[in-house]
Amino acid sequence: MANDRIIGKPVPRKEGREKVTGQAQYVDDMVLPNMLHGATVRSQVPRGKIKKITFGPGIAWDEFVIVSAKDIPGANCIALIVDDQPCLASEFVNHPEEPILLLAHPDRHVLPKAVAAVSIEYESLPAIFTIEESEQRSEIIWGADNTFKTYLVEKGNVDQVWDQAAFIVEGEYRTGAQEQLYIENNGIIAVSDPAQGITVWGSLQCPYYVHKALMKLCDLLEDKVRVVQMETGGAFGGKEEYPSMIAGHAALLAMKSGRPVKIVYDRMEDMVATTKRHPSRTRHRTALSKDGKILGGEIDFAIDGGAYATLSSVVLSRGTIHAGGPYYWPSIRIRARAVATNAPPHGAFRGFGAPQCLFAMERHMDRIAQTIGVSPVEIRRRNFLKTGQTTTTDQTVHELIDLDKLLDRALELSDYSLKRKRFAAQYETSTQKKGMGIAAFLHGAGFTGSGERYLNSLVAVEGCADGTVRVLVSSTEFGQGTKTVLSQIVAETLGLRYEDVTVAQPDTVEVPNSGPTVASRTVMVVGKIVQSAAQGIKQTLQAAGLLGDPYSAEEFSAACRNYVAAHGPFRSLARYEAPAGVFWDDAKYRGEAYAAFAWAVYIAEVSVDLNTYRVTVDNFVALQEVGKVLHPILAEGQITGGVAQAIGMALYEKVIWQNGRMMNGQLTNYIMPTSADLPPIRVFFEELGNVHGAFGAKGIGELPMDGPAPAIVNAVVDALGIPFSSIPLLAEDVFEALTAQASLPGEPQPIGGTR
Amino acid sequence: MTQSPAKKDDGKCELSLDVNGERKMVRVYPMQRLLDVLRHEFNLTGTKEGCGEGECGSCSVLIDGELVNSCLVPVLQAKGAAILTIEGLAAHEPARRLQQAFLECGGAQCGICTPGMILAAVHLLDKQAQPTLEDIREGLSGNLCRCTGYMQIFEAVLEAARRGTSA
Amino acid sequence: MRSDPSDYQLVAPGSLHAAVSLLAAEPGAWLPIAGGTDVMVQYAAGKLTARKLLSIWNLPELRQIEIVPDEIRIGAGCTYTDLRKHDVVPRDFPLLASAAQWTGGIANQNRGTIGGNIVNASPAADSLPALLVYDAELILVSARGERRLPYLGFHTGYKKMQLLPDELIRAICLPRKFSNYVPYARKVGARNAQAISKVCIAALGLLSSGAAGTPRIEDVRIALGSVAPVPLRLGETEKAVQGKVIDRALLTLARQTAIREISPIDDIRSTARYRATVAGNLIVEFLDRMGATPDPRADKLKDSGLKNGQSR
Repeated sequence: MANDRIIGKPVPRKEGREKVTGQAQYVDDMVLPNMLHGATVRSQVPRGKIKKITFGPGIAWDEFVIVSAKDIPGANCIALIVDDQPCLASEFVNHPEEPILLLAHPDRHVLPKAVAAVSIEYESLPAIFTIEESEQRSEIIWGADNTFKTYLVEKGNVDQVWDQAAFIVEGEYRTGAQEQLYIENNGIIAVSDPAQGITVWGSLQCPYYVHKALMKLCDLLEDKVRVVQMETGGAFGGKEEYPSMIAGHAALLAMKSGRPVKIVYDRMEDMVATTKRHPSRTRHRTALSKDGKILGGEIDFAIDGGAYATLSSVVLSRGTIHAGGPYYWPSIRIRARAVATNAPPHGAFRGFGAPQCLFAMERHMDRIAQTIGVSPVEIRRRNFLKTGQTTTTDQTVHELIDLDKLLDRALELSDYSLKRKRFAAQYETSTQKKGMGIAAFLHGAGFTGSGERYLNSLVAVEGCADGTVRVLVSSTEFGQGTKTVLSQIVAETLGLRYEDVTVAQPDTVEVPNSGPTVASRTVMVVGKIVQSAAQGIKQTLQAAGLLGDPYSAEEFSAACRNYVAAHGPFRSLARYEAPAGVFWDDAKYRGEAYAAFAWAVYIAEVSVDLNTYRVTVDNFVALQEVGKVLHPILAEGQITGGVAQAIGMALYEKVIWQNGRMMNGQLTNYIMPTSADLPPIRVFFEELGNVHGAFGAKGIGELPMDGPAPAIVNAVVDALGIPFSSIPLLAEDVFEALTAQASLPGEPQPIGGTR
Repeated sequence: MTQSPAKKDDGKCELSLDVNGERKMVRVYPMQRLLDVLRHEFNLTGTKEGCGEGECGSCSVLIDGELVNSCLVPVLQAKGAAILTIEGLAAHEPARRLQQAFLECGGAQCGICTPGMILAAVHLLDKQAQPTLEDIREGLSGNLCRCTGYMQIFEAVLEAARRGTSA
Repeated sequence: MRSDPSDYQLVAPGSLHAAVSLLAAEPGAWLPIAGGTDVMVQYAAGKLTARKLLSIWNLPELRQIEIVPDEIRIGAGCTYTDLRKHDVVPRDFPLLASAAQWTGGIANQNRGTIGGNIVNASPAADSLPALLVYDAELILVSARGERRLPYLGFHTGYKKMQLLPDELIRAICLPRKFSNYVPYARKVGARNAQAISKVCIAALGLLSSGAAGTPRIEDVRIALGSVAPVPLRLGETEKAVQGKVIDRALLTLARQTAIREISPIDDIRSTARYRATVAGNLIVEFLDRMGATPDPRADKLKDSGLKNGQSR
């Protein structure tokens, strides 16, 4: 069968019909008999010692199930990497909203009052809230020195370049926290049975992360914990590690009460208590030759991890590796650290460190261009990585990527030159200033370095009694198209009809561990293993003499039915195989960081209203090389969705902090773009293939998060001439900067309006 | 025609509601949110809660043909009105065209905003059979989608409208 | 959802008469609730202190728009959608139509009422500046009868108003005398839809088309939201520009006077400095456009910033 019969075609989303008819079952849609509802009593202070807990009057406490840290059978931690995060605080709290007690009751409406009636006295301890305070180390809140992790990447001889440099350009860039804002809040249902153990159903990305965490928390063996993913209403990383916490809570209540327990957060609790994107600070110091070529540089990259380690080391890793962007650095030193503050721990969010450092890199490129007097286009041309050159971690770029041509195409698609001329001409007379900005970037798919080896993913493909084929993976669907694309891969590989392939709902009792659904790895990495497993099914049937070569889809189904009738349902398993020639040195942090990079150039066109100082994105071009587009509609949807989230990150979404607590935890004051806010987002693909990905695909889920923010801010800088260097960039920030720039001191002067 | 709650010790009242063309009786507190009554009393779980503040639109239903956020409607106020939820759209044009167009154009990714989004789009096409892109942006501005970036939702609504003309 | 429905009473008497009778019998005990777009948000957040609610949603007596020769009377129970749909509002009172269009999304426009907007008395309320410049008068109703009073001055302080505990707003009366005025309305929020305003402005202007000499300001009315504890009519600024020619000096004078008249604050949405400057910018833009309009009676809606009602 030729490729591109199903691959590359817009086949219907596997679970689409259920979604558009309202029949899809999310966790809050499920009700179990005798079920209790759970709620969490949380810390009101950023750091302190718990002195006393009082259960106040007016509540029938005997009707409630109450769980504290003392009720934890196993280890009081949410097992992840460092295991430092308690499931329930017992003696100390280290961030606002830290969970302390759990309550359950049959009537969900009485819980808020009960939570409010628990009063907790603390002996407050000094708390810290910024990267700088953490680095200062006058207060140590974690480990020996507030540092979760550090990395050092060194290439070439950086210390030598400064003397040769014709230009040295420095810059500091900052990004704020960002809430994932999946429209379905976190939720879990747990059931505990003395014989069978714990079962949880939930809105989650990684069933086996939850499985591992529950084993440790509840002191249960692996066959006594079962995790079932339900239809999940958006995740974006926000349901990568956090579900282990809420699942742990529901499980503890279920164990204590002997009844099913459902915990579903409301929007405010979800916003203020769960993970967000790591705030970051990146400092660049770059040496350039007189013709604007990078000779070398130093990058200092710091992220705020919040109160516990969670995934900060991995976010830091990805940021570190992407910090140099798609450019050739003959030498570089990257110092990276993840530090602790007394905020709820920050966590995974689409991009996972790369959006932060690529914002810095792309803003810095424009600053370099400005400083040395070349255009933003030209500075990039002179420094793009070329085939055969090495990245900052000494990974050789083998594929025939031509970033120069990609840039050319993006400039043409966005009408860049013509528009900029027009904007400059309109400059003097308009109440709006317009500008255009470029971002060029890359995103490595799959786990970093040896990560995929460590995950050692396993998948199964099963031949079923009815002649269909079923894919068994722990990779979850949460809108990005997992079920659809894995079905396409199997159907294409085996020459079947798309309708004859299904994907099992991830249930740890049934599916093997194909790794977490993160890191843009599902299509590229898991898809490739699924391909192997599928071929195993074919081989079994052929070996049994039931299937010829070639064969039709009907013949395959018949062969499968016959085999199952004779032998029962059969599975073919396949495991991840590390690609040859991909080596990573964890100690030196060097080598092939990712099996494949996707490449992109994004161009933003913005206008700034001089009366309101609001920045609006008017047009957006997103051009990327992605190996192969397996499903045109899904791929485009990933890009537009990611661009929209990144526009939010750049211009709209600000977390307002007060003593480590998010103050704007409502959709009315945490501002996400509506349908009336987004520009036309035009998406274009190029396909160079990828030997390491299923059918040549590269991971694309996170790529679109990296480019828009710097492209937009570069465009604003183009429009106003003010070197903005942090996001989110709100109207108030533009106003303050324009006012500061205005010639007259004293009262704020208007810009625009009166001419 | 008195609408006072029937005097019961517990404060609940008997209400007759018209949901998706069917008369249903419930005994509920008058201040129960219509959203909760739909989901918990009638097991019509297609209508979702995303925020509880009337911002995200995932709880959208039609009451007497008008789009409302059911999280902001006390059930007592829905008495006597015709309520239409995603489950009741099965035979309703332009709903079927919209659902099909959403499937083909990628209008639904994670699906949680989809019922509300389709209700809002149905409402829009009921009022304007051939909306412009601006009309669609306005008509859907009360429905937040985090997955799609809205582009493919716009395409789906435009496509559904287009197909309405050839019907 | 942080409230327990069993803690609340909600009655729906079904007529205005029955509603005011209940309020008379127990003044201050019942909180009226119309479309619920404010009250139900507080309720879900667990912040609704009232426990007894009186539904005045969809009372026919409150949901009419009555047109008489010299004024229109908008029932307090009219929703924003009602206002947008009724011909007379976009035609004769475009500032109010704009405000209705940019209040929330369609679903909230279908439930939010003009009376609710007044009584909730948020300084950021979208419709209230328009009512101020249109010289609105309110008809208040109780079991004791009706009384009529100017809307200007109705709000006596932050969330304080001249509404007695047994009263409801019955109607909002707008005089039909502004068709010659140049209207100008803008809402500045954090995004294009579903945004609580950081600053909003409703303004009307009339230039004298003098026989000789440059046109002068014959009448100007300017009201702002989100710059004071109450929606604010800028009487000082209006006085300062009255009778004058619109030139650069006037624009500067207007801005300076306005900035002294308003008292914006820093809050979760924005800053005092931003609000003050943007308010000044919008007033200047209004006067500038007014001055640029050759004949006030021609194309009065053109360029008034009302297209799509967006804050662009």
